[in-house]
Amino acid sequence: MLEVRELQAGYGAATILFDVSFDVGNGEAVALLGRNGAGKSTTLKAIAGWLKPRRGDIRLDGRRIDGAPSYRIARAGLGFVPEGRRIFTGLTVAQNLEVGRREPHAGVPWTPQRLFSLFPALAELRDRRGGQISGGEQQMLAIARTLMGNPTLLLLDEPGEGLAPLVIAQLTEALRALKQAGVAILLAEQSLVLAAAIADRACVLESGQLRYAGPYGEFARDAQARAEWLGLD
Amino acid sequence: MMLGAYLAYSLIGRFGAGPLGYWGGVLLAALAVGALGVLLERTLLRRLYGAPELLQLIATFGVVLLIKDAALAVWGAEDLLGPRAPGLGGAIAIFGQPVPQYDLLLIVLAPIVLAAMWVALSRTRWGLLVRAATEDREMTAALGVNPSWLFSGVFFVGALLAGLAGALQLPREPANLNMDLTIIADVFVVTVVGGLGSIRGAFVAALIIGIVRALCIGIGDVALFGSVVSFAKLTLVAEFVVMAVVLVARPWGLYGQPPGPSAIAEQRDLQVPPGRRFAIAAALLMAALAAAPLLVDEYALVLGADMLIFALFAVSLHFIMGPGGMASFGHAAYFGLGAYAAALATRSMPMELALIVAPLAAGIGALVFGWFCVRLSGVYLAMLTLAFAQITWATVYQWDALTGGSNGLVGVWPAVWLSSRVAYYWLTLAIAGGAIALLWRVVFAPFGYALRAVRDSPQRAAAIGIDVRAVRWAGFVLAGLAAGLAGSLYAFSKGSISPDSLSIPRSIDALVMVLLGGLQTLFGPVVGAALLAWLQDTLARHTEYWRAMLGAAILVLVLLFPQGIVGALGAAARALRQRGIGKRAAAA
Repeated sequence: MLEVRELQAGYGAATILFDVSFDVGNGEAVALLGRNGAGKSTTLKAIAGWLKPRRGDIRLDGRRIDGAPSYRIARAGLGFVPEGRRIFTGLTVAQNLEVGRREPHAGVPWTPQRLFSLFPALAELRDRRGGQISGGEQQMLAIARTLMGNPTLLLLDEPGEGLAPLVIAQLTEALRALKQAGVAILLAEQSLVLAAAIADRACVLESGQLRYAGPYGEFARDAQARAEWLGLD
Repeated sequence: MMLGAYLAYSLIGRFGAGPLGYWGGVLLAALAVGALGVLLERTLLRRLYGAPELLQLIATFGVVLLIKDAALAVWGAEDLLGPRAPGLGGAIAIFGQPVPQYDLLLIVLAPIVLAAMWVALSRTRWGLLVRAATEDREMTAALGVNPSWLFSGVFFVGALLAGLAGALQLPREPANLNMDLTIIADVFVVTVVGGLGSIRGAFVAALIIGIVRALCIGIGDVALFGSVVSFAKLTLVAEFVVMAVVLVARPWGLYGQPPGPSAIAEQRDLQVPPGRRFAIAAALLMAALAAAPLLVDEYALVLGADMLIFALFAVSLHFIMGPGGMASFGHAAYFGLGAYAAALATRSMPMELALIVAPLAAGIGALVFGWFCVRLSGVYLAMLTLAFAQITWATVYQWDALTGGSNGLVGVWPAVWLSSRVAYYWLTLAIAGGAIALLWRVVFAPFGYALRAVRDSPQRAAAIGIDVRAVRWAGFVLAGLAAGLAGSLYAFSKGSISPDSLSIPRSIDALVMVLLGGLQTLFGPVVGAALLAWLQDTLARHTEYWRAMLGAAILVLVLLFPQGIVGALGAAARALRQRGIGKRAAAA
C-alpha cells in the first residue's frame, strides 16, 4: 500500500530525516514511534505532501507520490490528520465534514450518518461551530472529516495528545472499528496508548533515523528497547 | 471597476446603444474584467501567496498603477460619459419627487446581486470550500481540494462584480482615471465597517455610509456655535468618520468576528543589535553623503535631500510596522501635519524654532489618533490609521482660511544661513541621519524589546507586567514625531506645501519603501526610500507613462525579492557564509 524508501527531508538549512524506509501493508496498522523531535511529524508531512522530500521515493499503491501537491495525494486515497487537528473553526461540524467529502473509488462511502455512529459524541454537535467544541470532539471531527474523503490509508499525527483518558478510550474504540473496516493506518505517537490497541507493527525513529522495525508485540515486550528509544518503562 | 466602466463604454459604442447592444456591452465588459482578474491571479498574485499579506497589497497597488496608465493610453485623459440605458431614460414620480428609472433599476439590482453572492457563499459547496480555504488553505488541500483553482474562481467573481459595478455606473458617472484610488478606499472602508468576511455587514455598511453622505448633502450649511459649518463639504470624510466611530465602538466591524488566535505566526528574523561593523558602515555612509556636495551638481543635491527625508519617513513607519507590528496605512498624516505645522509656524517664529515645534504638532496628532488606533490590530488598525489620515487630509483641504485649501501654502523658506542648496542638504543629512540613528537605538533599547514583546504576544507581555497599550501608544507617538520631522524638513526644502503631502498616495509611498527594502531589516527602509525616490524622479522625467513603469518596477521587485531587497541580500550573505563554513569544515 505505502512504500517509503530512503526518505530525506528537512526545513531550511536543517535536515530532519535521514534515509528513512518502511512500509505499510493493506489494512495494516503501523505505529511510528519516537521521542519528541525524532522526526515523526516530519515523516508524515513529507508523505502527505506538506513538505517536499529532499530525496528518496514514496509510493502509494505502486504510484509515486513524492513531490506531488497535497491535494493530489489526498485524491489518490491518502488521508492526513495533522497534529493540532486543524478544524475549520468558523464552520459547523456538519460543514467541516462536507468540506472533506469525496466520491469513493470503490466500496461503501463514509457518510455523516456512518461517522456519527463511529463517533457518537459528534452526532449532537452537528450544528455547533468547530471552534466551540472540546479538544477531544475536535480530534474526532478531524478524523471523521478526513474519512469523508474515503481514504484507503489514514495518517494520524498524535491524535491522543492532550486528551482525557475517557476520550482516549472512545478514540481507541473508533480506531479499532476503522481498522476492522479495512482502513490502513499509520499512527505517529510518543506514548504507546493508542498504538497498543491497534498496531500490528512498530517503527521507531530516533534523531531522524529508523532504529527499529518489527512486530508490535515484540517491541512492546522488549522493555530495554522501550527505555532506550522512547524513555518509557 | 474602472476598467469595467471604460470597457462598457467602448463595447456599447461598438454594439450600438440598443437594448441588446447596451446590456450585452455591460455583461461582456464585466466578463472581460473577470477574465483579466483570473489572468492576474494566475500569473502574478499566486506567486506571492507565500509572501507577507502586506506585500500582496503592494503588488496589487503596482497592478493598479499599470492599469491606470493602460487606460490613459487607450482611452485618453478625458472623462467619458456613457449613453443612457435604453428605455430607462425617464423618471418616475415617487412622493412627488422625480426618481430616475435607471436609479430604481440599480436599487433593485444591487440586493439581487448581493443575495446571489450570499447564496453562492453560504449555500453551495463551492462557497463552503472557499470559506474553508480562507481559514486554512493547507488543511483544505489535504482534504483533496485544489485551492489554486478555488482562489482563481474567487478572483473571477470578485473582478466580474467590480467590472459590473463600473459598467452599471457608466450612465450616472463618467468613466475617469481617478476612479481607482477613491473606489479602493471606499471598498476597504465598506468591508472593514461591515466586518471582514460578512456580506451582510458590507451591505449594511454601504447603506449607512450612503445615508450619512446623503444627510450631509441634505443638511447643507448650518450655523453652529456662531460659525457656519458646511455639512455638504463633510461628504469627503463622512465615510471615514463613520468608520472611525464604528471601529472604536466595535473593533471588528459591525458583523465581523474577532480573529481567532492565528494558527500561523509570521516568520520573523531575529533582530540582534547591530554590531560594530554595522556602525562603521553607517558612519562611512554618513561621511560619503556629507562629502557629496563636493562631487555632484545642485539637482542631485535636491534629490539627495529628498531621499534623506523619505528615508527618515520610511524608517519612522518601519519603526511601528516592524518592531511595533502595527501597519499604518495613513502615515502621511504625520508627515503632512509636520509639514503644515512648519509652514504655519514660520509665520510667527524663526525657522529654526519652527523646525522644533512642527514635529511636536505631528506628535500631538499621533497622540490623539494613536489613543484609538492602538486598541485595534491587523487590518482594522491599518484601516483606522487610514481613516484618520483621510480626515486630516479633508480638514486641511477644506480649511481654506488656515491651510490655503487645495493650493496649499507657499513661501516656506529656511533661514538665510541655511538657504543655499548645500547648506540645506547638510542640515537635512544631520537631522535625518541623527533621527534615524536615534530610532534604531530605540529598537534595541529596553523599550524596543518591550515593543517587540507586545507585538509577538500581547497576552504574555501583559503577564510579565508590560502595559501593552501604553507601550504601543508610545511607539505610535514616537513614529509620528519622526514622520513629522521628515515632513517639516520637506516643507522647508520645497518652499511650499500642498494637501498632497498627506494624501493616500503619500502613505502608500511610505509602505512601498518599507516593504521594498525589507520589513525584517534595519537598513531596508533606507534603501527602499532612496530607490523609490530615485525611481519616481527618473521615470517622471523620462516618460509620460511613469506610473506604469513604477508599477512594473514594484511588481518585478516584489516578485524577485519577497523579503525585500535588503532582506534578500542578507539571506544571500548568510548562504555564502555558510558555504564558507562548510568548505572549511570539509577541508579540516
